Amino acid sequence: MTGTPADGDGALLAIDDLWVRFDTADGEVQAVRGVSLRVPAGGALGIVGESGSGKSVSMLSVLGLTRGRRTRIEGSIRFEGRELTTASEDDLRQVRGGEVGMIFQDPLSSLHPFYRVGRQLVEALRTHRDDMGKAAARERAVELLALVGIPEPRRRVDAYPHEYSGGMRQRAMIAMALANEPQLLIADEPTTALDVTVQAQILALIARLREELGMAVVLITHDLGVVAEVADDIAVMYAGEVVERGSKDVIFGAPQHPYTWGLLRSIPRLDRPRDEELVPIAGRPPSPIALPKGCGFSPRCPYVRRAHRETHPALEPVPDRAGHEVRCLLAPEVRSALWRELASGAGPEEAKAATGYRSDLDDLTGAQAER
Amino acid sequence: MTAAAPALVEVRDLVKHFPITRGVIRQRPVGAVRAVDGVSFDVHAGETLGIVGETGCGKTTTARLLLRLLDPTAGTIRFQGEDIGEVEGRALKALRREMQMIFQDPYSSLNPRKTVGTIIGEPFSIHGLETGDGERRRAVTELMERVGLNPEHYNRHPHEFSGGQRQRIGVARAIALKPKLIVADEPVSALDVSIQAQILNLLRELQRELGLTLVFIAHDLSVVRHMCDRVAVMYLGKVVELADADALYGHPRHPYTGALLSAVPVPDPRHAGPARRLLSGDVPSPTNPPPACRFHTRCPKVQNRCREQEPPLEPKGPGSLAACHFPLTAEEVEAEAVYS
Repeated sequence: MTGTPADGDGALLAIDDLWVRFDTADGEVQAVRGVSLRVPAGGALGIVGESGSGKSVSMLSVLGLTRGRRTRIEGSIRFEGRELTTASEDDLRQVRGGEVGMIFQDPLSSLHPFYRVGRQLVEALRTHRDDMGKAAARERAVELLALVGIPEPRRRVDAYPHEYSGGMRQRAMIAMALANEPQLLIADEPTTALDVTVQAQILALIARLREELGMAVVLITHDLGVVAEVADDIAVMYAGEVVERGSKDVIFGAPQHPYTWGLLRSIPRLDRPRDEELVPIAGRPPSPIALPKGCGFSPRCPYVRRAHRETHPALEPVPDRAGHEVRCLLAPEVRSALWRELASGAGPEEAKAATGYRSDLDDLTGAQAER
Repeated sequence: MTAAAPALVEVRDLVKHFPITRGVIRQRPVGAVRAVDGVSFDVHAGETLGIVGETGCGKTTTARLLLRLLDPTAGTIRFQGEDIGEVEGRALKALRREMQMIFQDPYSSLNPRKTVGTIIGEPFSIHGLETGDGERRRAVTELMERVGLNPEHYNRHPHEFSGGQRQRIGVARAIALKPKLIVADEPVSALDVSIQAQILNLLRELQRELGLTLVFIAHDLSVVRHMCDRVAVMYLGKVVELADADALYGHPRHPYTGALLSAVPVPDPRHAGPARRLLSGDVPSPTNPPPACRFHTRCPKVQNRCREQEPPLEPKGPGSLAACHFPLTAEEVEAEAVYS
């Protein structure tokens, strides 16, 4: 490990060069490959990526939830300056549900079906506070349910999870995550299982709690709309790596990575013309057991050159843009020119023609090679 | 789409109630889930009709009724003028050739023990078509090429394919018999974002080429806008708005449609934080829906009349029908930052 950039950068959560590998019967799965991330106190980081991109595994590792006999975790995860990768299980238990709260995609399977919601909240509270009496904990549970907007909290505290609707369950999960006033909330696809109107309520709730409690948020999602709404900074992950990161405005306004472009152009959007063609990303994500040599995105990239299949790009700063970093072997001016074309509605081939970009693989571009 | 030609499908006053029973030996009915509760619409030949709504609104039940995978409690569905509720036996089998379904989950809708060639060829076996070995194989190979699968993978099993490729298998199976109507129930919601566009584009291409009529069921309003000519919005077993896509997204009339649209997060930070109108509470239970207008318990524009009198689905603007006593005005639509 290179010298850890001392806690001087003042981040609440600092992840440096994190690697997570799982031994499986089929071979070694490289789930997270050299990820570095920062979350400042009170900040909101969005991690965007598809299934298998390593976004969940990297955050589960923060809480020590990926530890196991067949897992190798390397690198550094510091929360308020404390190293978590080497922390004892007892210390981690204090962090989980204490200083760091977490909510998951499926609120039904995260609540115990046999116990009343109130009892589960009381347990979460008293696990971390030995001095809290039962009655006080119950009062606090009612307060928490009210805080997350559950109607009639005094009555609902005695209900079972199955008596709650999907949105109420996710609110209850948030209440539980907030029980001990965490400084950081990790939300892994918190609204994916919910309907849009309920999703809007939950996102508004997370935004309000952030403001009222000064809590930092890490939001893991595949939905670019959700991340645009909640996050200040965005990290785009692909094949276990961060391929681009920057402020929300640069990621949506001036993205530099062909995968980010692909994501932005492949989804239908309410704010674009209705008949605009979608541009799919050809092929599919690589297997984490057999990752491509060179750039991880090269098998699907429309702009790939022969050299990109050999050289593995580093995450490098974008010239003249503070805080914007990208993992791409194309020259910065080429990227900017291509994005200008794509942003105005051109497809990848049109963008290449318009900017005069030619790849030495153009007779066999990524898309065709994949077929 | 002109209404001059008779519609391919005519749905009238369709009702489907699922009984809820108590007791183990003698099951006595104690109520009913009113999944679809009086729905009427037409599907015109060659168009794509979208059905949107949230969990429990009855959109999937409607799809299953359309294909007669369920029998309605009341109401009729006419396909090419013929009441499909009356059709039995051989005639029903012939009818099934004309209508096919694409399912949401490409993992559970393909038999894991069969090869892709067998799965795609199965519609031919069922209907006794392309019976020669060589013919069958040629037909399946053509279909595989048509949907972007490598025909060399004829003998592979579903688990060897990714989610997107499996959905292509589902599409190939659905178009095998050249049906007139395809009902696609959430065909992309189980797929990764970068793969969704591949399947959406494939469906649009096929529709253009084969002149398919598509009923597209989804909860994602952006996807529906991209795919559909007309859209029906469902809430608690009722169609609350039925309009041309441009009309619906440009000027939603029903407050529920307005709320749905304004709830969609837009992937552009410059749009973030519009004057979004959040609906309060959750969708009421379909076993005991609110009387009169079913949306009145959550409606921002609710008046006394809404609690007493059920609004009919009637014209509220060019190209749009809505079931509302107090539809959204242009100013309200503007204020809620709905995108057109």
